[in-house]
Amino acid sequence: MILDSKTPEGPLAEKWTKHKFNVKLVNPANKRKYDVIVVGTGLAGASAAASLAELGYNVKAFTFHDSPRRAHSIAAQGGINAAKNYQNDGDSVFRLFYDTIKGGDYRARESNVYRLAEVSVKIIDQCVAQGVPFAREYGGLLANRSFGGAQVSRTFYARGQTGQQLLLGAYSALSRQVANGKVKLYPRTEMMDVVMIDGQARGIVTRNLITGAVETHAAHAVLLCTGGYGNVFFLSTNAMGCNVTAAWRAHKRGAYFANPCFTQIHPTCIPVSGDHQSKLTLMSESLRNDGRVWVPATTDTAEKLRKGQIKVNDIKEEDRDYFLERKYPSFGNLVPRDVASRNAKEVCDAGRGVNETGEAVFLDFRDAINRDGKALIESKYGNLFDMYMQITGENPYEVPMMIYPAVHYTMGGLWVDYNLMTTIPGLYALGEANFSDHGANRLGASALMQGLADGYFVIPYTIGDYLAQTPPKPVDPNHPEFTKAAKEVKDRISQLLNIKGKKTIDHFHKKLGKIMWNQCGMSRTAEGLRKAKAEIKQLKKDFWSDVKVLGANEELNMSLEKAHRVADFIELGELMIDDALDRDESCGGHFREEYQTPEGEALRDDENFAYAAAWKYVGENQEEELYKEPLVFENVKLTQRSYK
Amino acid sequence: MKLTLKIWRQKNASDKGGFTTYPVDNVSKDMSFLEMLDVLNEDLTEKGDDPVHFDHDCREGICGTCALHINGKPHGPLQTTTCQLHMRSFNDGETITIEPWRAKAFPILKDLVVDRSAFDRIIQAGGYVSVGTGGIPDANEIPIPKTIADLAMDAAQCIACGACVAACKNASAMLFTSAKVSQLALLPQGQVERKTRAEKMVAQMDAEGFGACTNTGACEAECPKGISISNIARMNREYYSAALSSQNV
Amino acid sequence: MSWVSKTLSSTLGRKLIMALTGLFLILFLVVHLIGNLQLLLPDNGESFNLYAESMASNPLIRVVSIGNFAFILLHVIYSILLSRYNKSSRPIEYAVSKASTNSSWSSRNMGILGTIILIFLLVHLKGFYYEIKFGEMPVVDYAGVTYKNVFAIVAAAYSNLLYVAFYVVAMGFLGFHLSHGFASAFQTLGLNHVKYSPLISRVGFGFSIIVPALFALIPIVMYIQSL
Repeated sequence: MILDSKTPEGPLAEKWTKHKFNVKLVNPANKRKYDVIVVGTGLAGASAAASLAELGYNVKAFTFHDSPRRAHSIAAQGGINAAKNYQNDGDSVFRLFYDTIKGGDYRARESNVYRLAEVSVKIIDQCVAQGVPFAREYGGLLANRSFGGAQVSRTFYARGQTGQQLLLGAYSALSRQVANGKVKLYPRTEMMDVVMIDGQARGIVTRNLITGAVETHAAHAVLLCTGGYGNVFFLSTNAMGCNVTAAWRAHKRGAYFANPCFTQIHPTCIPVSGDHQSKLTLMSESLRNDGRVWVPATTDTAEKLRKGQIKVNDIKEEDRDYFLERKYPSFGNLVPRDVASRNAKEVCDAGRGVNETGEAVFLDFRDAINRDGKALIESKYGNLFDMYMQITGENPYEVPMMIYPAVHYTMGGLWVDYNLMTTIPGLYALGEANFSDHGANRLGASALMQGLADGYFVIPYTIGDYLAQTPPKPVDPNHPEFTKAAKEVKDRISQLLNIKGKKTIDHFHKKLGKIMWNQCGMSRTAEGLRKAKAEIKQLKKDFWSDVKVLGANEELNMSLEKAHRVADFIELGELMIDDALDRDESCGGHFREEYQTPEGEALRDDENFAYAAAWKYVGENQEEELYKEPLVFENVKLTQRSYK
Repeated sequence: MKLTLKIWRQKNASDKGGFTTYPVDNVSKDMSFLEMLDVLNEDLTEKGDDPVHFDHDCREGICGTCALHINGKPHGPLQTTTCQLHMRSFNDGETITIEPWRAKAFPILKDLVVDRSAFDRIIQAGGYVSVGTGGIPDANEIPIPKTIADLAMDAAQCIACGACVAACKNASAMLFTSAKVSQLALLPQGQVERKTRAEKMVAQMDAEGFGACTNTGACEAECPKGISISNIARMNREYYSAALSSQNV
Repeated sequence: MSWVSKTLSSTLGRKLIMALTGLFLILFLVVHLIGNLQLLLPDNGESFNLYAESMASNPLIRVVSIGNFAFILLHVIYSILLSRYNKSSRPIEYAVSKASTNSSWSSRNMGILGTIILIFLLVHLKGFYYEIKFGEMPVVDYAGVTYKNVFAIVAAAYSNLLYVAFYVVAMGFLGFHLSHGFASAFQTLGLNHVKYSPLISRVGFGFSIIVPALFALIPIVMYIQSL
């Protein structure tokens, strides 16, 4: 199969407009004859479900949460980018496109990214109309802030809770359609599989998380808006429930999985405090505007500090190594996320890390407080300092904060074409669940933009093109494929329940996380990856022979829920490693130690690796097949990033 | 730290339920409260006992999923969400009683997990601005005074955890409902449906079986997002004026 | 259901009735107190007796007093309706509750406070109102006109230490009831504003101390006078 991205012909700026005209339409009276399933109700899912219902389609929306409003989109803090140019500072659709492509280290599809930048302006209009209380200037107009990787102020925000407010906006639109009867909502319902009829996605199998009932739902198209897979690392900033199951089930039914090794590590997270740790908490990147990153200059000092023999504030200026300022004099503490993360790892690996674990670096506000006064620092970062204090019990006004990088976002996902359709006809992937817009690294404040762009402004057009070619007769819910798929799900459930092994599910999840973090995390080597692959294969065997899943199917059983998810994570982990091994270059979040510049920066290989790697599942315990979608750059010049 | 946990266990909605006591040790002060429960659950699983079910997700205080009544207070001794509560707030040797939210409108599903879909239905009754996707004027065409936008944001911060209901002696959902009514009543976007919204959302709130407000202020004191009861006053105003002047007879 | 009954049967509607009747009763307390303070004038009850007569004979006051009884009744009935409804909203209580850390005792026990005040009210009405209306009354002459000597009954009642103690304690409960009720009524009516709410709660606080204290002062002073 040749991957056809269906990118429209013509100049970049006209592609989307032309495409919107060229796609087939479903006539208004016929729309009510089509059923669409939306899995996931985060930014992408809720906005898509609401928008499609408004058009007249019958939508069924599924979430494993108790309410659509709990989706993890809610946790995004910083903001949402849009090329409004309200600040008169030279922003434009092309500039947002350019920044995103460059930020992604030239591993994203030009046409998709340009469309994203193009519709970004409408997102803000839409959200404001819904009553999203964005920050405002005294004159009553919208305020903007600046964010990493851009030289203009284009980020719209609602205090430190932009994701929450945008999600609640989409949730309100969804709620209106639920009230109208156009969306049927299925909370606490988890998708377990895709149902294929004649090579097309025609429904899903679900498990009711309260009763355990395995049910099937038929539709003319299925949208997966199920987020990212950062929890493959066990510890990440993702919510506990975030999982890859929906995407992975689809992958096993024939949807290619693209660039799985592209994961983003965020430099400013609160460090791990012990083995009990269940998740990591992100501190806004904005802290690096005033905080100075350092570690003790010698391993000796660092060790004394770790053992509590000396106090941090007693370390003299000359014994501190402000390593980012030293290595990158022009960008200093404000180097991009991947660079900051890698350098923190480097000094910790060299034995100069702080905290009892040795896996943390300082982010020090002493000089900023001396320069600007405590009051000003408090007004800028007060809520973040409070959050830090609550979690760590330490006062960052008096002792430096400690930070360490953590997995935050996954750029990879299901491969989709320009219409957001996966390689399975009728199956779409939106938001973080797809791979399309961020390349090898995502810029801050772009995840919210992509989720809403896909849901509000892309899928309502592109889905019509497919549905118009599908006869408007109902999908037979009694088709044998439904029974078959449901039986497979039930079999898997009873298989899991009947292993009756000795080890808990978390035991396997933590082990997987450790392998992934050590070998497929911030920096990777071919050797380490090969070792990890063998370990994961063994882990998979152990899991299926020794996992202990308690309880029954016919009840609220969180162990069973987790077992399904971890089983899929293990398989995904192996694919991530395959992908990282295949990509013999460094780019964005993917840093292969063998491929770096003499200064230790990521070294891209555009000649051989300017492609999206799409993996095809061929069978249980078989190596997946790689298909390459060449990335053609007609509108930007590929350059090496430098932040010296 | 060593602790004794007294936890409400209930197999399902129809089970009667009761307290079970569990000793836990090796609790570190740096653990979050939910991580302490994770440790207990790992122990229980290893012994072959059903782990304690509780709702949780983001563990950073924003999704509103976690909802435990700890030692007589929603989300425990601090004004945070349960996930942001850390064990340093407790003493070695302490007995901690953990109960689910108690309200007729929040039926228990299992152990400490309750059904809060009543909140969704209240929002579905009118907690939105009826605009479809597309066809929207430019965002800056509606200037909104900063003070008003800030007030609306104060109300919009609600995470629907239900601590207000849990804290209220009447299990009233006035703080939750009023936060949304307030947000949209303050903003120009919400004006068109202002009256109908207040009437419908209050009617749905009543239909769900939440109690009436007696202005004790417990909700505000326990709200992890600090939503003010001035929103309740605003909702009252909205409702009374809607009752007197709307077209809905 | 008409919009009126729909509104008034909603939780907010019932609260509205509680607030409005409560505020009226607060007003009544003020008027009643001003009248009663005449008991303390050093004229052997003359101004009080004249005032009592004028109250009894004024048709407007009679209407108001009927209204007053109706409002008391409404306040009581709606409080029972609301309390029962509220109780049913939490069928199973918490095993452990630290409500004292998030709300005042009076705010959580308005029903108990109200019940005690109602008992007081019944005793009070039986002791004075009923006696004056239907009992055998002593009389007194001022400038040749005969008046009922209400003052004498009051004085007699307040010479009984137990009776005085009962009054004083009841006023204490009234104080607690008002300490929540006063500001609460404004909040229910939606009268909450950054500029005025602090004033309302301060006035409410003062009111809940001063008014019951003055009411309590009357039996205390008269008891001392009777010694």
